[in-house]
Amino acid sequence: MDLPVDGAPEGVRYVAKNMRLDLRLIAEMIAPGTRVLDIGSGDGTLIDHLYRTKGCDARGIEIDMAEVTRSVVHGLPVMHGDADSDLAQYPDGAFDYVVLSRTLQAVERPRQVLAQMLRIGTRALVSFPNFGHWLVRWQLLWSGRMPMTSVWARPWHETPNIHPCTIRDFFVLCAEEGYVVEKWLAVDEAGQRSPHRRSAALANLFGEQALFQLRRR
Amino acid sequence: MDTALPDILHQHVTFDDGLMLECGQALGSLTVAYRTYGRLNADCSNAILICHALTGDQYVAETHPVTGKGGWWDLVVGPGLSIDTDRFFVICSNVLGGCMGTTGPRSPRDGGEGLWGTDFPPVTVKDMVSAQKRLVEHFGISRLFAVIGGSMGGMQVLQWAASYPDMVFAAVPIASAAYHSAQNIAFNEVGRQSIFSDPDWQAGRYWQGDKVPARGLAVARMVAHITYLSEEALTRKFGRRVRGAQSLPGFADMFEVESYLRHQGSTFVRRFDANSYLTITRATDYFDLAEEYGGDLRAAFKGTRTRFCLMSFSSDWLYPTAESRSVARALNGAAANVSFVEIASDKGHDAFLLDEPDFHRALAGFLAGCAEHAGLP
Repeated sequence: MDLPVDGAPEGVRYVAKNMRLDLRLIAEMIAPGTRVLDIGSGDGTLIDHLYRTKGCDARGIEIDMAEVTRSVVHGLPVMHGDADSDLAQYPDGAFDYVVLSRTLQAVERPRQVLAQMLRIGTRALVSFPNFGHWLVRWQLLWSGRMPMTSVWARPWHETPNIHPCTIRDFFVLCAEEGYVVEKWLAVDEAGQRSPHRRSAALANLFGEQALFQLRRR
Repeated sequence: MDTALPDILHQHVTFDDGLMLECGQALGSLTVAYRTYGRLNADCSNAILICHALTGDQYVAETHPVTGKGGWWDLVVGPGLSIDTDRFFVICSNVLGGCMGTTGPRSPRDGGEGLWGTDFPPVTVKDMVSAQKRLVEHFGISRLFAVIGGSMGGMQVLQWAASYPDMVFAAVPIASAAYHSAQNIAFNEVGRQSIFSDPDWQAGRYWQGDKVPARGLAVARMVAHITYLSEEALTRKFGRRVRGAQSLPGFADMFEVESYLRHQGSTFVRRFDANSYLTITRATDYFDLAEEYGGDLRAAFKGTRTRFCLMSFSSDWLYPTAESRSVARALNGAAANVSFVEIASDKGHDAFLLDEPDFHRALAGFLAGCAEHAGLP
Protein backbone atom coordinates (compact mmCIF):
# COMPACT_ATOMS: atom_id res chain seq x y z
CA MET A 1 0.00 0.00 0.00
CA ASP A 2 1.80 3.08 -1.20
CA LEU A 3 0.05 5.71 0.83
CA PRO A 4 0.16 9.33 -0.15
CA VAL A 5 1.69 10.46 3.08
CA ASP A 6 4.55 12.38 1.61
CA GLY A 7 5.74 13.92 -1.60
CA ALA A 8 7.76 10.91 -2.74
CA PRO A 9 9.27 11.40 -6.16
CA GLU A 10 7.58 9.47 -8.93
CA GLY A 11 9.44 8.44 -12.03
CA VAL A 12 12.33 6.06 -12.58
CA ARG A 13 11.94 2.98 -10.47
CA TYR A 14 14.26 0.22 -9.41
CA VAL A 15 17.14 2.65 -9.05
CA ALA A 16 18.28 3.14 -5.48
CA LYS A 17 18.96 6.81 -5.69
CA ASN A 18 15.39 7.41 -6.77
CA MET A 19 14.01 5.30 -3.99
CA ARG A 20 11.70 6.90 -1.51
CA LEU A 21 13.72 8.21 1.40
CA ASP A 22 12.36 5.88 4.05
CA LEU A 23 12.94 2.89 1.77
CA ARG A 24 16.54 3.95 1.24
CA LEU A 25 17.03 4.25 4.99
CA ILE A 26 15.40 0.85 5.53
CA ALA A 27 17.61 -0.73 2.86
CA GLU A 28 20.66 0.59 4.70
CA MET A 29 19.59 -1.24 7.85
CA ILE A 30 19.27 -4.64 6.17
CA ALA A 31 22.22 -7.03 6.14
CA PRO A 32 23.17 -8.70 2.85
CA GLY A 33 21.95 -12.20 2.08
CA THR A 34 19.08 -12.12 4.55
CA ARG A 35 15.43 -13.14 4.23
CA VAL A 36 13.15 -10.14 4.05
CA LEU A 37 9.37 -9.71 3.90
CA ASP A 38 8.15 -6.29 2.80
CA ILE A 39 4.54 -5.72 3.86
CA GLY A 40 2.97 -3.16 1.58
CA SER A 41 5.65 -3.62 -1.03
CA GLY A 42 4.05 -1.19 -3.50
CA ASP A 43 5.63 -1.54 -6.91
CA GLY A 44 8.37 -3.72 -5.44
CA THR A 45 11.14 -1.12 -5.45
CA LEU A 46 12.59 -2.16 -2.11
CA ILE A 47 12.57 -5.91 -2.68
CA ASP A 48 14.07 -5.49 -6.13
CA HIS A 49 16.78 -3.27 -4.66
CA LEU A 50 17.51 -5.72 -1.84
CA TYR A 51 17.76 -8.64 -4.25
CA ARG A 52 19.96 -6.84 -6.75
CA THR A 53 22.33 -5.00 -4.44
CA LYS A 54 22.40 -7.23 -1.37
CA GLY A 55 21.48 -10.68 -2.62
CA CYS A 56 18.56 -10.84 -0.22
CA ASP A 57 15.72 -13.31 -0.54
CA ALA A 58 13.20 -10.48 -0.50
CA ARG A 59 9.46 -10.99 -0.92
CA GLY A 60 6.46 -8.72 -0.80
CA ILE A 61 2.83 -8.54 0.24
CA GLU A 62 0.73 -5.84 -1.37
CA ILE A 63 -2.95 -4.96 -1.12
CA ASP A 64 -3.26 -2.98 -4.37
CA MET A 65 -3.80 -5.53 -7.13
CA ALA A 66 -2.45 -3.23 -9.85
CA GLU A 67 0.81 -2.94 -7.92
CA VAL A 68 0.91 -6.71 -7.40
CA THR A 69 0.47 -7.25 -11.13
CA ARG A 70 3.18 -4.71 -11.86
CA SER A 71 5.55 -6.43 -9.45
CA VAL A 72 4.91 -9.90 -10.85
CA VAL A 73 5.36 -8.56 -14.38
CA HIS A 74 8.79 -7.43 -13.20
CA GLY A 75 9.51 -10.94 -11.96
CA LEU A 76 9.30 -10.00 -8.28
CA PRO A 77 7.88 -12.45 -5.73
CA VAL A 78 4.89 -10.48 -4.50
CA MET A 79 1.56 -11.79 -3.33
CA HIS A 80 -1.77 -10.10 -2.93
CA GLY A 81 -2.62 -9.74 0.72
CA ASP A 82 -2.64 -7.33 3.62
CA ALA A 83 -0.93 -6.80 6.94
CA ASP A 84 -4.05 -7.42 9.01
CA SER A 85 -4.97 -10.83 7.63
CA ASP A 86 -2.02 -12.35 5.79
CA LEU A 87 0.75 -12.59 8.38
CA ALA A 88 -0.80 -15.21 10.64
CA GLN A 89 -0.05 -18.12 8.33
CA TYR A 90 3.70 -17.61 8.13
CA PRO A 91 5.76 -19.85 10.42
CA ASP A 92 7.72 -18.41 13.35
CA GLY A 93 11.06 -16.93 12.42
CA ALA A 94 10.55 -17.28 8.65
CA PHE A 95 12.36 -14.00 7.99
CA ASP A 96 15.35 -12.06 9.28
CA TYR A 97 13.57 -8.76 8.68
CA VAL A 98 9.93 -7.86 8.26
CA VAL A 99 9.41 -4.39 6.84
CA LEU A 100 6.32 -2.21 7.23
CA SER A 101 6.96 1.13 5.58
CA ARG A 102 4.44 3.92 6.08
CA THR A 103 1.59 1.45 6.49
CA LEU A 104 1.27 1.03 10.24
CA GLN A 105 -1.01 4.04 10.51
CA ALA A 106 -3.38 2.48 7.96
CA VAL A 107 -3.77 -1.04 9.28
CA GLU A 108 -6.79 -2.04 11.34
CA ARG A 109 -4.92 -3.53 14.27
CA PRO A 110 -1.44 -2.02 14.53
CA ARG A 111 -0.56 -3.77 17.79
CA GLN A 112 -1.42 -7.21 16.42
CA VAL A 113 0.39 -6.49 13.15
CA LEU A 114 3.55 -5.59 15.07
CA ALA A 115 3.23 -8.74 17.15
CA GLN A 116 2.91 -10.84 13.99
CA MET A 117 5.89 -9.10 12.43
CA LEU A 118 8.06 -9.96 15.40
CA ARG A 119 6.76 -13.51 15.49
CA ILE A 120 7.57 -14.28 11.85
CA GLY A 121 10.71 -12.16 11.74
CA THR A 122 13.73 -11.73 13.96
CA ARG A 123 13.60 -7.99 13.45
CA ALA A 124 10.92 -5.54 12.40
CA LEU A 125 11.64 -2.36 10.48
CA VAL A 126 8.77 0.08 10.83
CA SER A 127 8.47 3.53 9.33
CA PHE A 128 5.55 5.87 9.86
CA PRO A 129 4.70 9.55 9.49
CA ASN A 130 4.94 11.33 12.83
CA PHE A 131 1.68 12.90 13.99
CA GLY A 132 3.59 14.71 16.73
CA HIS A 133 5.33 17.08 14.30
CA TRP A 134 5.07 20.72 15.37
CA LEU A 135 3.13 21.79 12.28
CA VAL A 136 0.47 19.15 12.90
CA ARG A 137 0.19 20.23 16.51
CA TRP A 138 0.06 23.89 15.56
CA GLN A 139 -2.65 23.46 12.97
CA LEU A 140 -4.89 21.56 15.34
CA LEU A 141 -4.30 24.08 18.10
CA TRP A 142 -4.67 27.17 15.93
CA SER A 143 -7.49 26.23 13.58
CA GLY A 144 -9.21 23.59 15.68
CA ARG A 145 -9.46 21.41 12.62
CA MET A 146 -7.75 18.21 11.55
CA PRO A 147 -4.28 19.06 10.26
CA MET A 148 -3.54 19.08 6.54
CA THR A 149 0.16 19.06 5.75
CA SER A 150 2.29 17.73 2.92
CA VAL A 151 2.65 14.52 4.96
CA TRP A 152 -0.97 14.31 6.13
CA ALA A 153 -2.36 15.41 2.82
CA ARG A 154 -5.92 14.09 2.81
CA PRO A 155 -8.99 15.36 4.63
CA TRP A 156 -10.03 13.35 7.69
CA HIS A 157 -12.98 11.75 5.91
CA GLU A 158 -10.90 10.44 3.05
CA THR A 159 -7.63 9.40 4.59
CA PRO A 160 -6.78 5.70 4.82
CA ASN A 161 -4.63 6.60 7.82
CA ILE A 162 -6.96 5.48 10.58
CA HIS A 163 -4.31 5.04 13.27
CA PRO A 164 -1.96 8.02 13.26
CA CYS A 165 0.59 8.03 16.04
CA THR A 166 3.48 10.08 17.30
CA ILE A 167 7.04 9.01 17.90
CA ARG A 168 6.41 9.03 21.63
CA ASP A 169 3.28 6.94 21.20
CA PHE A 170 5.34 4.39 19.38
CA PHE A 171 7.99 4.27 22.07
CA VAL A 172 5.25 3.69 24.62
CA LEU A 173 3.74 0.86 22.60
CA CYS A 174 7.15 -0.81 22.21
CA ALA A 175 7.69 -0.57 25.97
CA GLU A 176 4.23 -2.02 26.69
CA GLU A 177 4.76 -4.87 24.29
CA GLY A 178 8.30 -5.52 25.47
CA TYR A 179 10.03 -4.83 22.17
CA VAL A 180 13.64 -3.73 22.12
CA VAL A 181 14.20 -0.58 20.07
CA GLU A 182 17.57 -1.39 18.52
CA LYS A 183 17.72 1.71 16.35
CA TRP A 184 15.46 4.63 15.66
CA LEU A 185 15.72 7.82 13.71
CA ALA A 186 13.56 10.72 12.62
CA VAL A 187 13.86 12.58 9.38
CA ASP A 188 12.36 15.72 7.94
CA GLU A 189 10.61 15.94 4.63
CA ALA A 190 13.75 16.98 2.74
CA GLY A 191 15.34 13.74 3.79
CA GLN A 192 17.72 15.19 6.34
CA ARG A 193 18.12 13.11 9.41
CA SER A 194 16.88 14.93 12.38
CA PRO A 195 19.67 16.42 14.45
CA HIS A 196 17.68 15.55 17.55
CA ARG A 197 18.87 11.99 17.68
CA ARG A 198 19.43 11.96 21.37
CA SER A 199 16.09 13.42 22.27
CA ALA A 200 12.87 11.61 21.49
CA ALA A 201 10.93 14.68 22.60
CA LEU A 202 12.67 16.92 20.06
CA ALA A 203 12.46 14.28 17.34
CA ASN A 204 8.78 14.03 18.09
CA LEU A 205 8.46 17.75 17.51
CA PHE A 206 10.65 18.13 14.42
CA GLY A 207 10.72 14.71 12.77
CA GLU A 208 8.22 14.25 9.95
CA GLN A 209 8.87 10.54 9.53
CA ALA A 210 10.22 7.96 11.93
CA LEU A 211 11.97 4.67 11.37
CA PHE A 212 12.37 2.02 14.02
CA GLN A 213 14.28 -1.24 14.16
CA LEU A 214 12.74 -3.58 16.72
CA ARG A 215 13.35 -7.05 18.02
CA ARG A 216 11.72 -9.24 20.61
CA ARG A 217 13.18 -9.08 24.09
CA MET B 1 -25.11 -39.11 -35.36
CA ASP B 2 -21.81 -40.39 -36.66
CA THR B 3 -19.42 -38.83 -34.22
CA ALA B 4 -16.89 -41.54 -33.44
CA LEU B 5 -13.46 -40.10 -32.77
CA PRO B 6 -11.20 -40.53 -35.76
CA ASP B 7 -8.24 -42.82 -35.22
CA ILE B 8 -5.18 -40.67 -35.51
CA LEU B 9 -1.63 -41.70 -34.78
CA HIS B 10 -0.41 -39.25 -32.19
CA GLN B 11 3.28 -38.75 -31.41
CA HIS B 12 3.89 -40.99 -28.41
CA VAL B 13 6.23 -43.10 -26.34
CA THR B 14 5.29 -46.45 -24.83
CA PHE B 15 6.65 -47.70 -21.53
CA ASP B 16 6.38 -51.48 -21.54
CA ASP B 17 6.78 -51.75 -17.80
CA GLY B 18 3.45 -49.98 -17.37
CA LEU B 19 2.38 -47.87 -14.43
CA MET B 20 1.26 -48.67 -10.90
CA LEU B 21 -1.85 -46.64 -10.12
CA GLU B 22 -2.93 -45.19 -6.80
CA CYS B 23 -5.96 -47.51 -6.76
CA GLY B 24 -3.57 -50.43 -6.50
CA GLN B 25 -4.15 -51.68 -10.01
CA ALA B 26 -1.25 -51.67 -12.46
CA LEU B 27 -1.41 -50.76 -16.12
CA GLY B 28 0.62 -53.37 -18.00
CA SER B 29 1.69 -50.89 -20.61
CA LEU B 30 1.71 -47.13 -20.60
CA THR B 31 1.56 -44.98 -23.70
CA VAL B 32 2.02 -41.24 -23.36
CA ALA B 33 1.12 -39.08 -26.35
CA TYR B 34 2.82 -35.71 -26.38
CA ARG B 35 3.94 -32.70 -28.39
CA THR B 36 7.01 -30.53 -27.91
CA TYR B 37 7.92 -27.04 -29.05
CA GLY B 38 11.31 -25.35 -29.08
CA ARG B 39 14.65 -26.97 -28.39
CA LEU B 40 15.99 -28.70 -25.30
CA ASN B 41 19.33 -27.11 -24.41
CA ALA B 42 22.53 -29.09 -23.81
CA ASP B 43 22.19 -29.34 -20.04
CA CYS B 44 18.43 -30.01 -20.22
CA SER B 45 17.65 -27.00 -18.03
CA ASN B 46 15.13 -25.11 -20.15
CA ALA B 47 12.19 -27.50 -20.16
CA ILE B 48 8.68 -26.36 -19.35
CA LEU B 49 5.93 -28.91 -18.84
CA ILE B 50 2.45 -27.68 -19.64
CA CYS B 51 -0.42 -29.56 -18.03
CA HIS B 52 -3.67 -29.32 -19.90
CA ALA B 53 -7.17 -28.91 -18.50
CA LEU B 54 -10.07 -31.39 -18.42
CA THR B 55 -10.88 -31.31 -22.11
CA GLY B 56 -7.59 -29.97 -23.42
CA ASP B 57 -4.86 -32.03 -24.98
CA GLN B 58 -1.24 -31.98 -26.08
CA TYR B 59 -1.89 -29.80 -29.12
CA VAL B 60 -1.02 -26.61 -27.28
CA ALA B 61 0.25 -24.38 -30.03
CA GLU B 62 -0.46 -25.88 -33.41
CA THR B 63 -3.35 -26.91 -35.59
CA HIS B 64 -5.40 -29.59 -33.91
CA PRO B 65 -5.43 -32.81 -35.98
CA VAL B 66 -9.12 -33.50 -35.30
CA THR B 67 -10.75 -30.08 -35.26
CA GLY B 68 -8.39 -28.28 -37.64
CA LYS B 69 -8.48 -25.31 -35.25
CA GLY B 70 -5.51 -23.54 -33.69
CA GLY B 71 -3.85 -24.74 -30.49
CA TRP B 72 -5.68 -24.10 -27.22
CA TRP B 73 -2.86 -21.90 -25.92
CA ASP B 74 -1.76 -20.28 -29.19
CA LEU B 75 -1.92 -16.91 -27.42
CA VAL B 76 0.55 -17.97 -24.73
CA VAL B 77 2.95 -20.52 -26.19
CA GLY B 78 5.11 -19.66 -29.18
CA PRO B 79 8.13 -17.66 -30.34
CA GLY B 80 8.29 -14.39 -28.40
CA LEU B 81 5.13 -15.16 -26.40
CA SER B 82 4.78 -15.51 -22.60
CA ILE B 83 6.02 -19.09 -22.79
CA ASP B 84 8.69 -18.33 -25.35
CA THR B 85 9.54 -21.34 -27.50
CA ASP B 86 12.66 -19.57 -28.75
CA ARG B 87 13.93 -19.83 -25.19
CA PHE B 88 12.22 -22.81 -23.62
CA PHE B 89 11.63 -26.41 -24.56
CA VAL B 90 7.92 -26.92 -24.06
CA ILE B 91 6.40 -30.34 -23.46
CA CYS B 92 2.73 -31.17 -23.20
CA SER B 93 1.32 -34.65 -22.94
CA ASN B 94 -2.21 -35.94 -23.12
CA VAL B 95 -3.28 -36.89 -19.59
CA LEU B 96 -3.62 -40.44 -18.39
CA GLY B 97 -7.22 -41.43 -19.07
CA GLY B 98 -7.42 -39.04 -22.02
CA CYS B 99 -8.47 -39.75 -25.57
CA MET B 100 -5.73 -38.18 -27.67
CA GLY B 101 -3.28 -41.06 -27.66
CA THR B 102 -2.32 -41.54 -24.02
CA THR B 103 -3.48 -44.72 -22.31
CA GLY B 104 -7.12 -44.36 -21.36
CA PRO B 105 -10.58 -45.91 -21.78
CA ARG B 106 -10.14 -45.93 -25.57
CA SER B 107 -6.92 -47.97 -25.34
CA PRO B 108 -6.78 -51.75 -25.84
CA ARG B 109 -7.19 -53.41 -22.48
CA ASP B 110 -4.31 -55.24 -20.86
CA GLY B 111 -4.13 -58.83 -22.04
CA GLY B 112 -7.69 -58.96 -23.23
CA GLU B 113 -10.00 -58.37 -26.12
CA GLY B 114 -11.27 -54.98 -27.12
CA LEU B 115 -10.89 -51.67 -25.38
CA TRP B 116 -10.82 -50.73 -21.71
CA GLY B 117 -14.00 -48.71 -21.86
CA THR B 118 -15.57 -48.30 -18.43
CA ASP B 119 -13.30 -51.07 -17.10
CA PHE B 120 -10.40 -48.65 -17.28
CA PRO B 121 -9.14 -48.35 -13.71
CA PRO B 122 -9.92 -45.15 -11.83
CA VAL B 123 -7.02 -42.76 -12.16
CA THR B 124 -6.07 -39.76 -10.05
CA VAL B 125 -4.34 -36.46 -10.69
CA LYS B 126 -1.30 -38.02 -9.02
CA ASP B 127 -1.40 -40.88 -11.53
CA MET B 128 -1.51 -38.33 -14.35
CA VAL B 129 1.59 -36.72 -12.90
CA SER B 130 3.32 -40.10 -12.57
CA ALA B 131 2.73 -40.69 -16.28
CA GLN B 132 4.09 -37.22 -17.12
CA LYS B 133 7.16 -37.90 -14.99
CA ARG B 134 7.93 -40.97 -17.06
CA LEU B 135 7.84 -38.84 -20.19
CA VAL B 136 10.01 -36.11 -18.65
CA GLU B 137 12.61 -38.67 -17.60
CA HIS B 138 12.41 -40.20 -21.06
CA PHE B 139 13.71 -36.87 -22.37
CA GLY B 140 16.65 -37.07 -19.94
CA ILE B 141 15.35 -34.10 -17.95
CA SER B 142 16.05 -34.31 -14.22
CA ARG B 143 14.62 -30.90 -13.33
CA LEU B 144 11.88 -29.00 -15.09
CA PHE B 145 12.41 -25.27 -15.26
CA ALA B 146 8.68 -24.81 -14.85
CA VAL B 147 5.43 -26.73 -14.65
CA ILE B 148 2.47 -24.65 -15.78
CA GLY B 149 -1.22 -25.37 -16.11
CA GLY B 150 -4.70 -23.96 -15.74
CA SER B 151 -7.76 -25.51 -14.08
CA MET B 152 -7.19 -29.28 -13.86
CA GLY B 153 -3.73 -28.51 -15.25
CA GLY B 154 -3.13 -26.39 -12.17
CA MET B 155 -4.01 -29.36 -9.95
CA GLN B 156 -1.31 -31.34 -11.74
CA VAL B 157 1.11 -28.46 -11.18
CA LEU B 158 0.39 -28.51 -7.44
CA GLN B 159 0.74 -32.29 -7.37
CA TRP B 160 4.07 -32.04 -9.20
CA ALA B 161 5.37 -29.48 -6.74
CA ALA B 162 4.24 -31.57 -3.76
CA SER B 163 5.38 -34.98 -5.02
CA TYR B 164 8.59 -34.05 -6.81
CA PRO B 165 9.76 -30.71 -5.40
CA ASP B 166 13.34 -31.21 -6.55
CA MET B 167 12.19 -31.65 -10.14
CA VAL B 168 10.25 -28.38 -10.26
CA PHE B 169 12.11 -25.08 -10.21
CA ALA B 170 9.00 -22.98 -10.78
CA ALA B 171 5.32 -23.85 -10.53
CA VAL B 172 2.44 -21.89 -12.02
CA PRO B 173 -1.03 -23.14 -11.07
CA ILE B 174 -3.56 -20.95 -12.84
CA ALA B 175 -7.28 -20.64 -12.00
CA SER B 176 -7.06 -23.79 -9.96
CA ALA B 177 -7.51 -25.28 -6.50
CA ALA B 178 -5.96 -27.80 -4.13
CA TYR B 179 -9.20 -29.79 -3.97
CA HIS B 180 -12.52 -30.04 -5.73
CA SER B 181 -15.31 -28.27 -3.90
CA ALA B 182 -18.80 -29.72 -3.51
CA GLN B 183 -19.90 -27.32 -6.24
CA ASN B 184 -17.18 -28.56 -8.62
CA ILE B 185 -18.19 -32.16 -7.93
CA ALA B 186 -21.87 -31.32 -8.33
CA PHE B 187 -21.43 -29.90 -11.82
CA ASN B 188 -19.25 -32.84 -12.85
CA GLU B 189 -21.92 -35.22 -11.60
CA VAL B 190 -24.57 -33.55 -13.76
CA GLY B 191 -22.27 -34.10 -16.72
CA ARG B 192 -21.72 -37.72 -15.87
CA GLN B 193 -25.40 -38.42 -15.31
CA SER B 194 -26.13 -36.84 -18.65
CA ILE B 195 -23.79 -39.33 -20.33
CA PHE B 196 -25.25 -42.27 -18.37
CA SER B 197 -28.75 -41.30 -19.38
CA ASP B 198 -27.98 -41.42 -23.10
CA PRO B 199 -29.26 -44.81 -24.41
CA ASP B 200 -26.34 -44.84 -26.84
CA TRP B 201 -23.94 -44.98 -23.90
CA GLN B 202 -24.87 -48.70 -23.55
CA ALA B 203 -23.37 -49.05 -20.09
CA GLY B 204 -20.10 -47.74 -21.47
CA ARG B 205 -19.77 -50.38 -24.20
CA TYR B 206 -20.72 -48.02 -27.02
CA TRP B 207 -17.33 -48.58 -28.62
CA GLN B 208 -18.47 -52.08 -29.64
CA GLY B 209 -21.04 -50.60 -31.99
CA ASP B 210 -20.97 -47.63 -34.30
CA LYS B 211 -22.81 -45.17 -32.09
CA VAL B 212 -21.49 -42.92 -29.35
CA PRO B 213 -23.49 -41.21 -26.58
CA ALA B 214 -23.30 -37.95 -28.45
CA ARG B 215 -26.34 -36.32 -26.86
CA GLY B 216 -25.27 -37.16 -23.34
CA LEU B 217 -21.74 -35.96 -23.88
CA ALA B 218 -22.95 -32.81 -25.61
CA VAL B 219 -25.23 -31.91 -22.69
CA ALA B 220 -22.36 -32.59 -20.28
CA ARG B 221 -20.26 -30.15 -22.25
CA MET B 222 -23.04 -27.56 -22.35
CA VAL B 223 -23.42 -27.59 -18.57
CA ALA B 224 -19.66 -27.48 -18.07
CA HIS B 225 -19.30 -24.68 -20.58
CA ILE B 226 -21.67 -22.47 -18.59
CA THR B 227 -19.41 -22.93 -15.57
CA TYR B 228 -16.42 -21.79 -17.61
CA LEU B 229 -18.04 -18.42 -18.35
CA SER B 230 -19.46 -15.65 -16.23
CA GLU B 231 -22.81 -13.94 -16.21
CA GLU B 232 -21.17 -10.78 -17.51
CA ALA B 233 -19.49 -12.65 -20.34
CA LEU B 234 -22.72 -14.37 -21.33
CA THR B 235 -24.64 -11.09 -21.19
CA ARG B 236 -22.01 -9.29 -23.22
CA LYS B 237 -21.83 -12.02 -25.84
CA PHE B 238 -25.50 -12.90 -26.14
CA GLY B 239 -27.77 -10.90 -23.90
CA ARG B 240 -31.34 -11.89 -24.71
CA ARG B 241 -30.79 -11.75 -28.43
CA VAL B 242 -32.77 -14.16 -30.52
CA ARG B 243 -31.38 -15.86 -33.56
CA GLY B 244 -32.79 -14.61 -36.83
CA ALA B 245 -35.82 -12.99 -35.18
CA GLN B 246 -37.45 -10.25 -37.21
CA SER B 247 -39.61 -8.90 -34.43
CA LEU B 248 -40.47 -9.94 -30.91
CA PRO B 249 -39.23 -13.37 -30.00
CA GLY B 250 -41.77 -16.12 -30.17
CA PHE B 251 -41.62 -19.51 -28.53
CA ALA B 252 -40.28 -21.12 -31.68
CA ASP B 253 -37.26 -18.88 -31.81
CA MET B 254 -33.96 -19.76 -30.28
CA PHE B 255 -31.95 -17.50 -28.07
CA GLU B 256 -28.42 -16.96 -29.29
CA VAL B 257 -27.02 -18.41 -26.10
CA GLU B 258 -28.94 -21.64 -26.73
CA SER B 259 -27.56 -21.90 -30.21
CA TYR B 260 -24.06 -21.20 -28.94
CA LEU B 261 -24.25 -23.92 -26.30
CA ARG B 262 -25.63 -26.45 -28.76
CA HIS B 263 -22.76 -25.67 -31.06
CA GLN B 264 -20.28 -26.12 -28.20
CA GLY B 265 -21.85 -29.46 -27.36
CA SER B 266 -21.98 -30.81 -30.90
CA THR B 267 -18.39 -29.86 -31.76
CA PHE B 268 -17.11 -31.30 -28.50
CA VAL B 269 -18.40 -34.81 -29.18
CA ARG B 270 -16.36 -34.94 -32.37
CA ARG B 271 -13.13 -34.61 -30.44
CA PHE B 272 -13.78 -36.23 -27.08
CA ASP B 273 -14.59 -39.68 -25.78
CA ALA B 274 -17.42 -40.10 -23.28
CA ASN B 275 -15.64 -42.69 -21.14
CA SER B 276 -12.57 -40.45 -21.01
CA TYR B 277 -14.82 -37.65 -19.80
CA LEU B 278 -16.12 -39.89 -17.02
CA THR B 279 -12.61 -41.02 -16.04
CA ILE B 280 -11.07 -37.56 -15.98
CA THR B 281 -13.93 -35.78 -14.21
CA ARG B 282 -13.75 -38.49 -11.53
CA ALA B 283 -10.01 -37.88 -11.18
CA THR B 284 -10.56 -34.17 -10.60
CA ASP B 285 -13.33 -34.87 -8.07
CA TYR B 286 -11.05 -37.20 -6.09
CA PHE B 287 -8.37 -34.53 -5.98
CA ASP B 288 -7.61 -33.22 -2.51
CA LEU B 289 -3.90 -32.56 -2.19
CA ALA B 290 -3.98 -31.94 1.56
CA GLU B 291 -5.59 -35.31 2.27
CA GLU B 292 -2.35 -37.03 1.29
CA TYR B 293 -0.58 -34.96 3.94
CA GLY B 294 -2.83 -35.49 6.92
CA GLY B 295 -5.23 -32.74 5.90
CA ASP B 296 -2.58 -30.03 6.19
CA LEU B 297 -1.81 -28.42 2.86
CA ARG B 298 1.25 -26.72 4.34
CA ALA B 299 2.77 -30.14 4.89
CA ALA B 300 2.49 -30.85 1.15
CA PHE B 301 5.00 -28.06 0.52
CA LYS B 302 7.20 -28.39 3.59
CA GLY B 303 10.76 -27.34 2.85
CA THR B 304 9.99 -26.65 -0.81
CA ARG B 305 12.44 -24.53 -2.79
CA THR B 306 10.15 -24.22 -5.77
CA ARG B 307 9.14 -20.70 -6.78
CA PHE B 308 5.36 -20.45 -7.09
CA CYS B 309 3.14 -18.09 -9.01
CA LEU B 310 -0.58 -18.46 -8.42
CA MET B 311 -2.97 -16.64 -10.66
CA SER B 312 -6.74 -16.42 -10.56
CA PHE B 313 -9.37 -14.42 -12.41
CA SER B 314 -11.81 -12.09 -10.69
CA SER B 315 -14.93 -13.44 -12.42
CA ASP B 316 -14.03 -17.13 -12.14
CA TRP B 317 -16.67 -18.76 -9.94
CA LEU B 318 -15.69 -22.34 -10.75
CA TYR B 319 -12.20 -22.00 -9.26
CA PRO B 320 -12.60 -18.70 -7.44
CA THR B 321 -9.76 -16.52 -6.21
CA ALA B 322 -10.40 -17.70 -2.64
CA GLU B 323 -9.18 -21.17 -3.67
CA SER B 324 -5.92 -19.81 -5.04
CA ARG B 325 -5.55 -17.60 -1.99
CA SER B 326 -5.86 -20.55 0.36
CA VAL B 327 -3.13 -22.34 -1.60
CA ALA B 328 -0.97 -19.20 -1.41
CA ARG B 329 -1.51 -19.05 2.35
CA ALA B 330 -0.58 -22.70 2.75
CA LEU B 331 2.58 -21.98 0.76
CA ASN B 332 3.31 -19.05 3.08
CA GLY B 333 2.89 -21.47 5.94
CA ALA B 334 5.66 -23.53 4.39
CA ALA B 335 7.72 -20.32 3.97
CA ALA B 336 7.74 -20.92 0.20
CA ASN B 337 8.52 -18.28 -2.39
CA VAL B 338 5.07 -17.24 -3.63
CA SER B 339 3.70 -14.73 -6.05
CA PHE B 340 -0.08 -14.50 -6.14
CA VAL B 341 -2.13 -12.22 -8.29
CA GLU B 342 -5.79 -12.02 -9.22
CA ILE B 343 -6.24 -10.83 -12.77
CA ALA B 344 -9.20 -8.54 -13.35
CA SER B 345 -11.35 -10.12 -16.04
CA ASP B 346 -15.05 -10.54 -16.73
CA LYS B 347 -14.52 -13.68 -18.82
CA GLY B 348 -14.90 -16.26 -16.06
CA HIS B 349 -12.85 -19.41 -15.67
CA ASP B 350 -12.07 -19.55 -19.39
CA ALA B 351 -10.06 -16.33 -19.07
CA PHE B 352 -6.85 -18.34 -18.81
CA LEU B 353 -7.39 -19.48 -22.40
CA LEU B 354 -8.33 -16.05 -23.74
CA ASP B 355 -6.69 -12.77 -24.59
CA GLU B 356 -5.87 -11.33 -21.16
CA PRO B 357 -2.83 -9.07 -21.56
CA ASP B 358 -2.23 -8.64 -17.81
CA PHE B 359 -2.23 -12.39 -17.34
CA HIS B 360 0.15 -12.89 -20.23
CA ARG B 361 2.51 -10.17 -19.01
CA ALA B 362 2.49 -11.50 -15.46
CA LEU B 363 3.24 -15.02 -16.66
CA ALA B 364 6.08 -13.80 -18.88
CA GLY B 365 7.48 -11.63 -16.07
CA PHE B 366 7.36 -14.41 -13.52
CA LEU B 367 9.14 -16.79 -15.89
CA ALA B 368 11.76 -14.16 -16.74
CA GLY B 369 12.42 -13.56 -13.04
CA CYS B 370 12.72 -17.31 -12.43
CA ALA B 371 15.04 -17.73 -15.42
CA GLU B 372 17.31 -15.13 -13.84
CA HIS B 373 17.32 -17.00 -10.53
CA ALA B 374 17.88 -20.31 -12.32
CA GLY B 375 20.78 -18.82 -14.26
CA LEU B 376 19.16 -19.60 -17.62
CA PRO B 377 20.64 -17.63 -20.51
